[in-house]
Amino acid sequence: MRVGVLALQGDFAEHMQMLLQLRVDAVEVKLPSDLTGLDALIMPGGESTTFAKLAERFALMPPLRDFIKSGKPTWGTCAGLIFMATDVGRDQPTLGVMDIKVKRNAFGRQVDSFISPVRIAGLADPYEAIFIRAPLIESVGPDVEVMATLPDGAIVAARQGNMLVTSFHPELTRDNRVHSLFLKF
Amino acid sequence: MPFSRYLGIIVHQDKREINKMENKVMETNGKAELTTSRNGRGHESGTEALKRGLAQMLKGGVIMDVVTPEQAKIAEDAGACSVMALERVPADIRKNGGVARMSDPGMIEGIIGITTVPVMAKCRIGHYVEARVLEALGVDYIDESEVLTPADEENHVDKRGFKVPFVCGARNLGEALRRINEGAAMIRSKGEAGTGDVVEAVRHARAILGDIRRVQNMNRAELFTYAKEIGAPYALVEETANLGRLPVVLFAAGGIATPADAALMMEIGVDGVFVGSGIFKSGDPARRAKAIVEATTHFRDYKIIAEVSKNLGEPMVGINISSLPADQKMAGRGW
Repeated sequence: MRVGVLALQGDFAEHMQMLLQLRVDAVEVKLPSDLTGLDALIMPGGESTTFAKLAERFALMPPLRDFIKSGKPTWGTCAGLIFMATDVGRDQPTLGVMDIKVKRNAFGRQVDSFISPVRIAGLADPYEAIFIRAPLIESVGPDVEVMATLPDGAIVAARQGNMLVTSFHPELTRDNRVHSLFLKF
Repeated sequence: MPFSRYLGIIVHQDKREINKMENKVMETNGKAELTTSRNGRGHESGTEALKRGLAQMLKGGVIMDVVTPEQAKIAEDAGACSVMALERVPADIRKNGGVARMSDPGMIEGIIGITTVPVMAKCRIGHYVEARVLEALGVDYIDESEVLTPADEENHVDKRGFKVPFVCGARNLGEALRRINEGAAMIRSKGEAGTGDVVEAVRHARAILGDIRRVQNMNRAELFTYAKEIGAPYALVEETANLGRLPVVLFAAGGIATPADAALMMEIGVDGVFVGSGIFKSGDPARRAKAIVEATTHFRDYKIIAEVSKNLGEPMVGINISSLPADQKMAGRGW
């Protein structure tokens, strides 16, 4: 299995290291040709505006959309979540593939970043989730399944067919359960 | 992680919150305090993982010096992953002389209000009140910076006492690990800011990365001696040797002026770059900013670097460092 990680900017190396630990080939995706031969794709944490600028400049938007629409598993963490959403509440280019309404920096600034245990559908035990200037999902479309919420009901993980999004960062932990879950999609 | 441990933290911190309310705990003189605490939602915040984690989100990106909200917008539109809000870029600090201090909080707020990317701001070395003010303003990262005039010639800020993360400059591994020991969650090369001459950034990045390669080949007896020689805590030297990298993200800074400069630093092995005077002291800032972002992402793709480097207009004029008198060098500030 070969999994691509969008490597325009952000913590893509952390995702790749997690994949390598799970004995999966990890490949950097910076240009359209890098998508050839991939079985799945991860969009890492980082800055979503930076992703959009670079993806537009290097003609990645259409091939990324085609890749995801072909049904191959795709997962966005934090900035990756924003980059996949249909509605981010402001004028910012996104792939617009996942039917979710997102609020950016929903919890405040860096001093408000936090760690909290969450229950994720498909995982038996609570998961220690790291939220850094995190977005949250304000509402989901009819085809979207909510995978995790905070105690106050805020949606922080969701699935729509082959697509997974998390507003937290499993790649920053030593716990590979979410990566394993995604690889079974 | 076991749920019980999490609950334990909450109980412990509950007590701290109560103490704080009763003003029994005063965080004076930046004295080391537990910085983790509960926020309104009852979660853990201000931890090392969160402080270092934001720097991990900046990797592969360009952090740009800006002096106005308009420049912050240009930087964000060019693809900057973060901006550094300051009153004067280092080139002007050099030119104007005098004491360089923390920027006007009003200006920093203006920049925070206009951009969605993380906002950094500088405090003087050792000036923990400037640091507290920046934390209160809600900046996302504080740069305890040699570019400003040092406020304390003996002590750096005790950065462990803050919820907001810090980035600090370093010229070699010992200096980097001393800053990390004080609580820095990100390290950058010092370089020589405001010159447009990349030579010092190269020297410092090579020194840090070269020292890391050396410690990887040392046995424990040698590490003990080496830690003493470079004036760094043994535990951090050992951790660095085991990881084969610093325990925090490493960026390049100080003198980067062109897309090729940025790509050079990435190839030497840093995680990302700061560009200070290089953008807004050049002929066409918007275009140069975009080109530097693109070259940083595609740092090994020389055709792309050639393409983005075309017709960028005048680079910043620059000062050759070998012509700079020793007392005008900033990198020697801090220790």
